[in-house]
Amino acid sequence: MIDFTMPSLGADMEQGKLIEWKVKPGDPVRRGQVVAVIETPKAAVEVESWHDGTVHELVAQPGETLPVGAVLARWLAPGEAPPAAAAPGAPARARVSPAARRRAAELGVDAEALAGTGPQGSVTVADVEKAAAEKAAAAARPPADAAAARAAEMRKAIAAAMSRSKREIPHYYLSETVPLARAQAWLEAENARRPLTERILMAALFIRATALAAREYPEMNGHFRDGAFHPAESVHVGVAISLRRGGLVAPAIHDVQAKPLPEVMRALGDLVRRARAGGLRGSEMTDATITVTNLGEGGVETVFGVIHPPQVALVGFGAVRDGRVVASLSGDHRVSDGHRGALFLGTIARLLQEPEKL
Amino acid sequence: MTREQLRTIVLEELRRIAPETEPGALRAERPLREQVDLDSMDWLNFVVALHERLGVEIPEADYAKLGTLDQTLDYLAAKLG
Repeated sequence: MIDFTMPSLGADMEQGKLIEWKVKPGDPVRRGQVVAVIETPKAAVEVESWHDGTVHELVAQPGETLPVGAVLARWLAPGEAPPAAAAPGAPARARVSPAARRRAAELGVDAEALAGTGPQGSVTVADVEKAAAEKAAAAARPPADAAAARAAEMRKAIAAAMSRSKREIPHYYLSETVPLARAQAWLEAENARRPLTERILMAALFIRATALAAREYPEMNGHFRDGAFHPAESVHVGVAISLRRGGLVAPAIHDVQAKPLPEVMRALGDLVRRARAGGLRGSEMTDATITVTNLGEGGVETVFGVIHPPQVALVGFGAVRDGRVVASLSGDHRVSDGHRGALFLGTIARLLQEPEKL
Repeated sequence: MTREQLRTIVLEELRRIAPETEPGALRAERPLREQVDLDSMDWLNFVVALHERLGVEIPEADYAKLGTLDQTLDYLAAKLG
């Protein structure tokens, strides 16, 4: 039997709320398949299974908030037979009185999902009516309140992750002015011959150049865990995306070193859309091995970012102005030194001089 | 298509990308991207949406001609001819 548990979807996530199951008992599941939607302070996230198997039991109910690591469901491993029926004395399903069942149908409440307060834990009419009233109260809450509460939650999550970063990571900062005229001219010509829907943004070049440079400087790409640095095999670039109602997320584009530029651009467009509309995947929230932030849109010249733990480097890009951009590196001094950081930044600059090779 | 119809379409697509936009508060002669806080990804999505809705081609070199809401309406009206 395989436990499917509440995943940690961010450096400081402590609990999550199960919004929806995408599978039911008896369904086959494959590794990587989206099986549930979990709400974190930052976003509703589609969570994947880490194993192949068959759904045996959904333990958690939609609406429940549970700590990271809590068992949400159980899979049967491939080839595993379901266990014998529960022995007598095992907790039975909630018993629902016929009157409560009728009332539940009238009020649109799932009586089976309620915790009963009647004899032997049975669900009573009062339980059903209480649940219906709570549901109505939640629905009646003005959306503005919900949005404000969500913004406050996100602020808290960002505060926790960034405080941890500044507490634990001895940052060093470097910047370099990168000539960008060649990349701009190349991009202009490239976009002129591309259909509108396949145009490429400069941000995609920044992401791709960072990933290729990270291949050459493995100490910039990976995670610092349990007192040691673990370099990553692949380069999953976290992209800082600001949300329209405030706050930000930095989900990952996977395997950027292996994706040609147009594919990186498509992945970026898709990621931004899902970050803003909801629908990010669990793996995207946790897999990033290095982050790129592109803060030049508002005219900012240079950005010195805060590293997103457990990562060890963040590359920032300011505004593209007069054919130049300031690229910066926030590095983790536990893992790398300024000298290597400078070489890494120089490599990004060099790669951006040959945009056609990106 | 009248200018008013065109304006309605442009504002609809703008609000799809930036739902917090209040059309009443938008100054037609002031730079659009500053007022609505559109980054380059939003802008690309906006241009793609206008292309798909109206069937007009908008080359990247023409972006500067879409600086304000008024200019955008002028540009689209000319394209739709």
